[in-house]
Amino acid sequence: MTSTTLNSAVPAKPVKRRSAANSFTTGRIIRLAILIIGAIFFLAPYIFMLSTAGKGQSEIFTSSLSLIPQHFAYIENFAKAFTRVSMGGLLLNGVIVCGLILVFQVVVAIPCAYAMAKLSFGAARLMMALIMLGLLVPIHATALPLYVAFDKLSVLNSYVSLVAPFTISVFGIFLFLQFFRALPNDLIHAARLDGMSEIGVIVRVIVPNAWPAVTAFAIFSVVAHWNDLYWPLIVVTNQAYATPPLGLLFFRAAEAGDDYGALMAATFIITLPLVAAFLLAQKRFVEGITMTGLKG
Amino acid sequence: MADITAASIHAAKAKSRSTAERHEARNALILSAPALILLLLFIVLPVAGVVFLSFTDFELGYSGFKFVGMDNYTELLTDRTFRQSLWNTTVYTAIVAPVSIFMALGFAMLIEAEGIGRSFFRTAYFLPVASLLVAMATVWQYLFHPTIGPVNQFLALLGLPGPNWLGSAGTVLYSLSIIGVWQSVGFNLVLFLAGLTAIPRELYSAAEVDGAKSAFDRFRLVTWPMLGPTTLFVTTISIINAVKVFETVKTLTEGGPNKSSEVLLFTIYQEGFVYLRVGYASALTVVFLAILVVLTFIQYRVQDKQVHYA
Amino acid sequence: MSALSLRNIEKSFGANQILKGISLDAAPGEFIALVGPSGCGKSTLLRILAGLESADAGEIVVGDTVITDMQPADRNVAMVFQSYALYPHLTASENIAVPLAMRRLSTLQRLPLVGPLMPGQRKAVSEIGRDVREMAAALKIDHLLDRKPGQMSGGQRQRVALARAMVRRPAVFLMDEPLSNLDANLRVHARGEIVELHRRAGVPTVYVTHDQAEALSMADRVAVMIGGEMLQLAAPQVIYDDPAHVEVAKFVGQPRINILNSHVMSGGIVAFAGAICELKDKNITSGSPVTIGFRPEFVKVIAGDEAGESGLRGRVERVEFLGSEIIAYCRLDAIGATVVAKLTPAEGGKLSSSTPVRLDVAADHLFVFGADGRRLAADPILQTNTAELAHG
Repeated sequence: MTSTTLNSAVPAKPVKRRSAANSFTTGRIIRLAILIIGAIFFLAPYIFMLSTAGKGQSEIFTSSLSLIPQHFAYIENFAKAFTRVSMGGLLLNGVIVCGLILVFQVVVAIPCAYAMAKLSFGAARLMMALIMLGLLVPIHATALPLYVAFDKLSVLNSYVSLVAPFTISVFGIFLFLQFFRALPNDLIHAARLDGMSEIGVIVRVIVPNAWPAVTAFAIFSVVAHWNDLYWPLIVVTNQAYATPPLGLLFFRAAEAGDDYGALMAATFIITLPLVAAFLLAQKRFVEGITMTGLKG
Repeated sequence: MADITAASIHAAKAKSRSTAERHEARNALILSAPALILLLLFIVLPVAGVVFLSFTDFELGYSGFKFVGMDNYTELLTDRTFRQSLWNTTVYTAIVAPVSIFMALGFAMLIEAEGIGRSFFRTAYFLPVASLLVAMATVWQYLFHPTIGPVNQFLALLGLPGPNWLGSAGTVLYSLSIIGVWQSVGFNLVLFLAGLTAIPRELYSAAEVDGAKSAFDRFRLVTWPMLGPTTLFVTTISIINAVKVFETVKTLTEGGPNKSSEVLLFTIYQEGFVYLRVGYASALTVVFLAILVVLTFIQYRVQDKQVHYA
Repeated sequence: MSALSLRNIEKSFGANQILKGISLDAAPGEFIALVGPSGCGKSTLLRILAGLESADAGEIVVGDTVITDMQPADRNVAMVFQSYALYPHLTASENIAVPLAMRRLSTLQRLPLVGPLMPGQRKAVSEIGRDVREMAAALKIDHLLDRKPGQMSGGQRQRVALARAMVRRPAVFLMDEPLSNLDANLRVHARGEIVELHRRAGVPTVYVTHDQAEALSMADRVAVMIGGEMLQLAAPQVIYDDPAHVEVAKFVGQPRINILNSHVMSGGIVAFAGAICELKDKNITSGSPVTIGFRPEFVKVIAGDEAGESGLRGRVERVEFLGSEIIAYCRLDAIGATVVAKLTPAEGGKLSSSTPVRLDVAADHLFVFGADGRRLAADPILQTNTAELAHG
């Protein structure tokens, strides 16, 4: 699948099927029913999260099926969520870590992908082999030696330890490589004739033309690292550096009991940024996932 | 004389071309150097390191280590936790991967065929992918709560006894699988939708004219084969992601009760970062990596054989 | 008896009426080309014929069966698509076998693993294989049978698509611009082949194209569709020599017909250059606006502007040399319009840009169209004192 398929408009479906578009045949009612039941399954956790975040302790224990709280306890629950753990700090850490990771990944991957796609050099084959290998290796596989090394260097509990292993994204290189290969060589030749250096070509010609790939990759990267628990869990024990998922674990540990109201409030706060971003930029998200998915 | 001039021009040309090539190669090397260095530092070296450590008895906190040969691997064979963990991971994968693939395919085809609410359904199904899994796992924990959880309350309304979803050894893996399916269908669905819209409409017309009367015939003749590459990719990624299950286990069960939800990554995490037995955990990691390599290898083979149409 | 007939087919997409009551009868073995600019409804009509779209009103009859409400699978019509629509995962022989398998095998017999266990499956499958090989031999694509569409050239794919359509001996052939994805050389060659295959199959063929040359050169009859209406259905020669509508006249012919605005003079006379016609319909009042048309090859161009000669004065704007012919664009002094003339090299050899000329048009090749675009019947009047009339 090439990116052009994604960018070009979806081919128009034949407007008319055998049954008129607006009539409700039995088949169509069954289809809609299945889709609606499915939607309820996928949305139920969110509905109960919102509902429970507004219930007091006693109400949670008595009537968990009623969706609208009898006594609104949103303020208490959210207050608890904000005071027990520094929610602002968690979200800020999430933004800092994801932001740094993304910047490094893009800055490292784009020149490399450009060199591999459009320049010829001896190490290209070796690079390709390493990238194919790298695509196989998740952080879970490299975590042990990295942890030992970071421990020796005393950089555990720091942004460095959270960011460093992800500064290289082989997937990013791979994605950009595919995308750059599709860019016409003449574009680059013209830029060189216009007197641009290789860096100039990348900054002023390649990146502006590769913008769909960059956004797609950004979405992929941020979703992956915002949600990652494994690596932060290993290198961070100090709450000051906790990312959102880790912070939620700390919060759960601190609550210990069944204070689901506060827990749901905290859950809501931590889930909100990415979900809101998704709802606002749905089309980009879906395109991004499709592109990264089909290239990968 | 003329020959000599021509020859020298040729030589000069060749020389200038090779300088241009050298120049280009040098630029390329400079541009890819940061990536190459980081690749060696954070992927190649650690992978080598993990293989190396798997032959040692290295433990964090103790200085020094010695080679133990295959000891760690032989220990694996007899380690009940590891075997349990491998089995649980297999069961989890065997449930989550196929269910999430076929649910996604089914929903994608229903959405594709349905005129109204396309973007609503897509959004609803995709929402879990964009949500923090640790957070949503917490919500599921509440939903699955044996007494106050809405799921059991609902079952009670119907007069059915609700199980202790995450709390009993018999059901915990299935409960985690439900969460796993819930979380991964959206991703697969979006890929299938893209695959479906990329199928040329004329193929369906041709199938109808050729005599494919039923929806099943058209699915067999056009949809399924045309989705081949998408399905293969979705299958591989679903299996790999299922094998990598960790977040829900760590958040909800810590492998319990009684190791009945112990999965591969959780075992590695426990051994390596809680008990600090780095050598042994490295051997576990090597097994984990080997599984990934085999899965990817199978994907490539199938891809070459089955779904390449060009 | 007609082998295929369409009666008053109507179709709208929303408020947009695509087909405004199309009727058509095809004789057994007749090749009918549906031609028109894009968006004229010709492809929609073809899809309705195939059963891929349903008509809002009207009736389709094949032989003596009304097929209007039948599924495509039940209609026994075959179609060749613009993109060929070959199944990319199947080899050529598997592609050709699909329509046979779908008809001759039950759903169970078609299943993998289970299929071969069903009674009669083996025999049916071997018959299908034999038919496929026969068809392939007839189309000279035997050597392609094991290839997938991705491994074939455009021309080869087109032949496989034809084989897939022909193999089941349909009652009607439908073709949707089957040559538009071929390069120019191959296209001209393929025209002849398709006509030949059509002749051998002996069933009515409806062939959609936007290329008027293709339509004129291949079809027994050409249906010109514009804006959802079938403006004329006639033999190619008639379409060209005797267009029923100004749009038909404009659509057919290269270079395009000359069209000029004029009006009726007293006595129902319409005149241009050397040509004078008398309208048969005497109810058309003098002064009514009409459109006149004449083909470039019927324009006579005489170099020089000596007074007293017949014809309209003008000046050559541009000359295009095309080898066997010369196209001259001449601007008329009197009305400021440009007239295109197609000349032999002998006639036009001396013309060059800004040569003063006189133009003459033969009266029996002058078409007169009414305000609604319909052709008005007119009798040519032999040339008399034409110059005066034309200016009058």
